[in-house]
Amino acid sequence: MVNTVLDGLAGIGRAVLMLCRAAGALVLFALVGLSHLLRPPFYGRMFLRAFIEIGYFSLPVVALTAIFTGMVLALQSSTGLARFSAETAMPSLVVLSITRELGPVLAGLMVAGRVGAAMAAEIGTMRVTDQVDALTTLSTDPMKYLVAPRLLAGTLALPLLVLVGDILGVLGGFIIATVKLGFNAATYISNTLNYMQTIDVVSGLTKAAVFGFLIALLGCFNGYGSRGGAQGVGAATTSAVVAASVLILAFDYGLTELFFAR
Amino acid sequence: MNGAAAKIRVRGLRKAFGAKRVLDGVDLDVPEGTSTVVIGGSGSGKSVLLKCILGLIEPDAGSIEIDGRDVLRLPRGERAALRRQIGMLFQNGALFDSLPVWHNVAFGLLAQGRVNRAEARTRAVEMLAQVGLPATAAELWPAELSGGMQKRVGLARAIAAQPAVLFFDEPTTGLDPIMGAVIDGLIVDCVKRLGGTAVAITHDMASARRIADRVAMLHSGRIIWSGTPEALMASGNPYVDQFTHGRRDGPIRMELRG
Repeated sequence: MVNTVLDGLAGIGRAVLMLCRAAGALVLFALVGLSHLLRPPFYGRMFLRAFIEIGYFSLPVVALTAIFTGMVLALQSSTGLARFSAETAMPSLVVLSITRELGPVLAGLMVAGRVGAAMAAEIGTMRVTDQVDALTTLSTDPMKYLVAPRLLAGTLALPLLVLVGDILGVLGGFIIATVKLGFNAATYISNTLNYMQTIDVVSGLTKAAVFGFLIALLGCFNGYGSRGGAQGVGAATTSAVVAASVLILAFDYGLTELFFAR
Repeated sequence: MNGAAAKIRVRGLRKAFGAKRVLDGVDLDVPEGTSTVVIGGSGSGKSVLLKCILGLIEPDAGSIEIDGRDVLRLPRGERAALRRQIGMLFQNGALFDSLPVWHNVAFGLLAQGRVNRAEARTRAVEMLAQVGLPATAAELWPAELSGGMQKRVGLARAIAAQPAVLFFDEPTTGLDPIMGAVIDGLIVDCVKRLGGTAVAITHDMASARRIADRVAMLHSGRIIWSGTPEALMASGNPYVDQFTHGRRDGPIRMELRG
């Protein structure tokens, strides 16, 4: 009886220790990666490749996500707000939700699924086929060549994506409001602009930069540490996406607290 | 050992992964200008030994001297400089599949800033010619190459920066016997052209006899025998005999479970 309890406790202890070790390794990995951004040589081509992959090729999926989110927000909030005759608040509700919250979070989650997974799979495959070791033997630091450019690209590309997403999200709301719900177009736009403040957009884009960094970090970290062939790469890909998604939601709360809590 | 200065001298090298001791006090001398082949069963730690010397794995104890200087106790910069003289051919080539063949071959030269991109292509074609590949191969992608061609490109990449020492990780594994012999021949040529210090690990006895000036056998994490390839087949050592003759019964018990 006592032994069962102790075994259970030991299991919990082991899990906690493993979590701490992983967190420590992740932070160390991030610091080493960042330090390479400050020391030459710099790999501009690798940065450009990652930037285009994240920024340009994620545009369709982010755009679709944003526009449908704006549309459904308009539809939901107009019926919801109608219950207490506050339909006129709808444009500001849409723009605040999109810029502060849904733009960065949904874009982050979509990009985590698309880019984080691809990074983990690519670096993981390079790891298990000795390509990462081969870099070292060819006078190239893999952290500098593979990881640092991706971290920078993620951090810079996601805010740009989210900016596009913000605009399209508001557009989605605008379309539904004017075409379906009978709003006056000019009123909708002036309502939107009147209630939107700089901090709404800035906080959203800051979140996006942090999320972009997290996505690239988790993708690289899991790929870099993957072991054991196809199965190992698969596991690395999964944990890159899951960990990035969870961290995005956790950091989203933390950053919101930082920006808006009084 | 035989008068020639040791290019690489390994002493008491130990490495364990968890409870499993892979290297348990390895002593190995690689005299300058010779090819040393390390033989041993699968899982005997041959790859780990090479990776320790290359600095890809940090050993737990022991010393690794290159040109008489212990790389494990040197500052990072000098360590990298000493190891820069080693070129490595990986078991499956380890070509960068996101880069065309010419960029693969010239990668080390570009990384060291010794050529610009325009020169890199010319140098790559020269290197490819040395391993018997036509200039048209330079524009292909690694995925378009057969196993033997990938090995050749890997070899061209390893020799491109003209390293003083070449490492080969199972150079003939996965190739048919003829292609194996061709690759062995190329290896011998390249090593000779570069001044000739090489370390190869293999469990292909035919390949070992073609490449080696000296043979060392790794078993249970230690070097248990070393000598010339002529002495190898009649070593009198029961472990070596069982391995070289591929007998199922003998002192070596294959661990089916790690």
